[in-house]
Formats: sequence, C-alpha cells, structure tokens
Amino acid sequence: QNYPLYIRSVPTENELKFHYTVHTSLDVVDEKISAMGKAMVDQRDLYLGLLYPTEDYKVHPSSARVAYGYVTNSKVKFVMVVDSSNTALRDNEIRSMFRKLHNSYTDIMCNPFYNPGDRIHSKAFDNMVTSMMMQVC
Amino acid sequence: GFRVGQGLIERFTKDTSRFKDELDIMKFICKDFWTTVFKKQIDNLRTNHQGIYVLQDNKFRLLTQMSAGKQYLEHAPKYLAFTCGLIRGGLSNLGIKSIVTAEVSTMPACKFQVMIQKM
Repeated sequence: QNYPLYIRSVPTENELKFHYTVHTSLDVVDEKISAMGKAMVDQRDLYLGLLYPTEDYKVHPSSARVAYGYVTNSKVKFVMVVDSSNTALRDNEIRSMFRKLHNSYTDIMCNPFYNPGDRIHSKAFDNMVTSMMMQVC
Repeated sequence: GFRVGQGLIERFTKDTSRFKDELDIMKFICKDFWTTVFKKQIDNLRTNHQGIYVLQDNKFRLLTQMSAGKQYLEHAPKYLAFTCGLIRGGLSNLGIKSIVTAEVSTMPACKFQVMIQKM
C-alpha cells in the first residue's frame, strides 16, 4: 500500500520537497522490483542503489537531490534522499546506513507490542536515525 | 503464532538475498526457518505447482516427547496450531497469503498443508 511507517528529514525547511521526492521515488523502486522478476536479472541484493537524481530549479538552481532505495524480503521499502552537494557520502556508507535501518526495523518487528503496519513511534529507532543523520549532515 | 512468525521471518531474512519465487520461499521455510526453530529440516516437501504445498516432518519436535502410540493421536493437533500460525505469519510477511492446516497420522510425524491464496 506504500504508506509511510516512518518519515524524518533534517533540516526541517523544505521538508515537503523531501517528502515529495520520497513519494515519487517509490515508483522507481516498484519499477526496479518488477523488472527483476521479468527480465531475469540476477539482482539478489537487497540494496537497490541510486534511484535517480532530481533537479530542482524553483528553490535552488543547483540543488540536485539524489535518492537511494533498499527493499527487504518482507517488501518493506527504505528510501533515502540526500543533497548531492554532500559528495562525501560514498556507496558503502549508504549501504551501511540502510543496514542499520534494517536492523532497527527488525528489532521493532520483534517487539510483541508493535502491530505491523502501524506508524513507528519507537524512541530507540528515533535515536538511531538522529545519530545517523548527525553523522552525515 | 502468526505474529511471532512475522517477527521471526524479519529477523531470519535480514541477511539473505532476495527470493526468486514462491518455491524459493517455501524451500527457505523448509530448510533455514525450520532448522533455526526446530533444529532440523522438513523431511519432505511436495507441491502440485498450483499453490498447494505439503511439508512433512517425520519427527516433529513438539510431538517427540509424547508416546508414539495411538493414545494421544486425537490431541496431538492442538500442539500443531501454534506452528501453523508461525508458517502463516512468516509467509504473510514475505507477501504470501495462505491457509495452513496440519494433521497427524502417526506420531511423531506430521504434515503441514499450505494453501496459497491468490490475491
């Protein structure tokens, strides 16, 4: 159904633009997933990599944003949007961030008080995301 | 059992690569999932390739402590209900809707029947 379980952005101005980018990149994620089934591409990796860059001329002429995707075996999609001016972020850093997200998500799933499909309100998850965002921003 | 199955499957598939198809998922359930939970694999997997799978365990861990005669045959299915939920929950989180039933014909062997529901 593609509704968000958790969404967070730093800094909080232009938040709507980030949310919009996340939403549109979901289509790209779906496309990649279905392409795997049909084209017999042996993409066993959970990490989907670079989705697509966006050029945003209305807000900042040179503010290009890039989205990365990651889908778990349980069909949960993680989407990360970063400013492409942040060139210090390398592929393996993105991968490890997705790993951390997946690990924390697994912990939440194993919490018997959490109902799958609910929005995520866990403090531990929040803290993990905050510390990850602090490292890159 | 359903909710536990969902959580377990999330943890077990965290590091595995993406599943190719339904049969791949059922094989995972029979081998890795069963081994992690019951310390052994499913002994026999049969399918009609049209959405019905039968998983046979000849020495089901939850039944081995009961005597192998006909005495408890009637009550044995109660001990299988949780495991049915486990399978159903695990499959549900992998995107498969199913109905899981179980039967015991000779202790301690039992069969789990999984019927995949096309959505």
